[in-house]
Formats: sequence, C-alpha cells, structure tokens
Amino acid sequence: MTQQRKALALISGGLDSMLAARVVMEQGIHVEGVNFYTGFCVEGHTHAIRKRDRDKPKRNNALWVAEQLGIKLHIIDVTEPYKRVVINPKHGYGANLNPCLDCKCFMVGRAVEWIEAHGFDFIVTGEVIGQRPMSQRRDTMQVVVRESGVGDRLLRPLCAKNLPPTLPEREGWVDRERLYDFSGRSRKPQMALAERFGLSDYAQPAGGCCFLTDEAYSRRLADLWEARGEREYELDDIMLLKVGRHLRPRPHFKLIIGREEGENNFLEGYRRRFVHLRTVSHPGPLTLIDGELGPQDRELAARIVARFSGGREAAEVEVQLVDREGTEQRLRVAPMSVDEVKREWYL
Amino acid sequence: MTRQLDARRLLCPLPVIRVQDRVREMKAGERLEVFCTDPGAASDIPAWCRINGHRVLELKEERGELRILIQVGEEGVR
Ligand code: SF4
Repeated sequence: MTQQRKALALISGGLDSMLAARVVMEQGIHVEGVNFYTGFCVEGHTHAIRKRDRDKPKRNNALWVAEQLGIKLHIIDVTEPYKRVVINPKHGYGANLNPCLDCKCFMVGRAVEWIEAHGFDFIVTGEVIGQRPMSQRRDTMQVVVRESGVGDRLLRPLCAKNLPPTLPEREGWVDRERLYDFSGRSRKPQMALAERFGLSDYAQPAGGCCFLTDEAYSRRLADLWEARGEREYELDDIMLLKVGRHLRPRPHFKLIIGREEGENNFLEGYRRRFVHLRTVSHPGPLTLIDGELGPQDRELAARIVARFSGGREAAEVEVQLVDREGTEQRLRVAPMSVDEVKREWYL
Repeated sequence: MTRQLDARRLLCPLPVIRVQDRVREMKAGERLEVFCTDPGAASDIPAWCRINGHRVLELKEERGELRILIQVGEEGVR
C-alpha cells in the first residue's frame, strides 16, 4: 500500500487558497488547513464592533472554507512574532504598510515548522504568478522558497505548470498534468474552477487579506509610530486603530472617539487604562486619550469631545474627565465649532 | 468535569484560538464552558467544533454575553 501523503494548506479565507487546497484534495492527498492570526486580519473585527454591522450574517471565512472543504483548520496566533515583520520588513512595504513579501516568507516559514512537527509532507498555497504586484511575481516567489526554508516542498497548484516541478510532483504524489497554469490578474480561471467544483458564496475581499493594505489604517499606524518615537505596537494598539474617529490636535496626544454604541461599548473595555472623557450634560460618545494631556490640553480635549456630543449646538457642555488613577474632573466648556476642528487633526 | 474559559472582550478569531488551545489539553468527553462577548463567536466557535469533531451542547446569549458549552470529541485538533 502506498503511503497516504499529507499536505498543509495555507487558508486565508479567500477563493484562491480554497481552490488550491481543493485541487490537491482531488488527487487523494490528506489536507489540513492553517490560518495565521496576525492581529491585522480583516476578519470580523470591525463588523463585530460596529452596531449597524451586527445584524449582518457573520462568519470567519477561513473556518467557512475549511468546513466547505471538509478539512481541519488550525488557527495560529502569531501576533507576537509577526511584529518584527511589520516593524522591520527586510523587503519593504507595498503601497501602504503591507509587508507582503516578508509576510509570505514568515507564514510559509511557520508552516514549515508545523509540517515538520506533525509529519506532513508538503505545503500548499493559492498563489498565482502576477496576481499581486509585490509578493506574487516569479522572482519574489523564489524569495519565499529560499527564505522560508521550504525548499521544494511548496506546491502552488493554481500556477504549478508555470513553475519548475516541486517535490510532490517529482515523487508522483500529485499529477502535474492535473495542476493549473493560471497567471495574471484575471479572476476568470479561478471563477470557472470554482464553478467546476460547485463552490459558490465564497468571500471576495477587495485588496489584500489584512488591514495593512488599507490606506487609512496605515496612516493611523504610521502616526502612532511617529507620535511614540518608536516603531512598536501592542495588540491593543492595533485593535484601537480600527475603532472610532482618531484626531490628533497636538503631537503628544490623540483622541479616540466612539462613533456609535457598538464602538463605545468596545472602548469601554479599555477605559481604565486611558484618560477618558464623557459628556455629562448631554448624551455623547466615550473618548479615550492616547498620550499625555498637559494642563492646557484638558480644555481643548473637552471642547472637541463636546463637539461630537449631542450638545454640539449648546452654549456650554459639561464634560467629565477621568485620569488613569480614577480621579475625576468636571469641565464646563463651549463646544468647538466645525471650523475650529482642523482637517489635519483627523487621522 | 467542566472547565471554564473566559474569552470576554476578545475579538474573533481570538476566542476560537483560545478554545482550540484549551481543547488541545483536554480529553475526549470533557466539557468546556466558554464565555465571550464578540457576537461572531456564536457562529465561529460552533463552526470550529463541527470541523474538528467536537459537540456544542449549549449556546446561550444573555445581556450581550455568550455562553457556549462544548464537549470534546474523540479526535480533536491535537
Ligand atoms: S495583505 Fe497582509 S496578510 Fe496578505 S500578504 Fe500582505 S501583509 Fe500579509
């Protein structure tokens, strides 16, 4: 009896990695999936936070894909080791703060560790040559092979025919003839293949698989680094970048203002660790202060908060300010006018 | 024996990851009671259980908090 060969498929939740896994399964390979949680994944987060999105059906796309394929999925928390990828990528960033090439090397490298620990034979990804500007070119695909230590154990079933044969092909574990030769940005071949497999309702994320490809998000992250004078972050920092309005009226502090009930509830969870403000005389959002407030800054912050409260038209609004020790101060301030809130404060 | 896991305030997929890591240390038949606040967990944790052969015995939502009772299956993620 021939040995049952096993592959670990990187599952992002998108169509390509789903198809890649499916193609290999069709050839009798035992496939399990892995999904890396970096902290920047678009998955759920904002949907879960904002109330208006709460009613939409929610699902974790990677889990959904695994269930459709009938495979196990291992979700691995890589938030800590991933920091060095984001903070100091050897190959630089894409259009925004997305370090796609380093990210791919990192993920494949982790997958290599996993297959070696679990006795699996090779790794499968859904990459297609020419699909993404930075990480999916022929030369950069070689970089991933080299730097991750995967060697010839990386099979890309959707474009394998355009690449030299890999170990699973050479050993005859998979039939190269039944792999594909997709290239370029067109999505048509993938859609046709999905149809052949009877797969529908798959996620079609615009852009990349994470927040780092998002321009506004990247701007907030760059601002965070600049304000702190160092390129570091904690998981809480990058979560908070996804929530609320962020305004930086002074270099040494910014305000994070909840935009609606769901965001306010989310910010509530962080309240004790931040100086925070709330309007007392009128309904209004919860605001966290990231940074340090000087004596003159308190009134400025309170006036901005009043601007975003139900008392924006009132002559005076009472605002409560609580510092990290829990000491409370009440301020009566005039809400800022629209023009006073400078455009460049918005992050 | 029922163990407990507090995954309150964690956003998906962290509750799933915590469940997965905890279940890995448990034996078939044991139960895990999970508390979480991200509504996404109501679909993600059961989906994870279905994929990996565990049973959801109970799923309740009360005042914005979810309580999910899981029974570890024979052949979980190990
Ligand atoms: S979009 Fe994000 S997750 Fe995807 S490869 Fe680029 S950095 Fe990595």
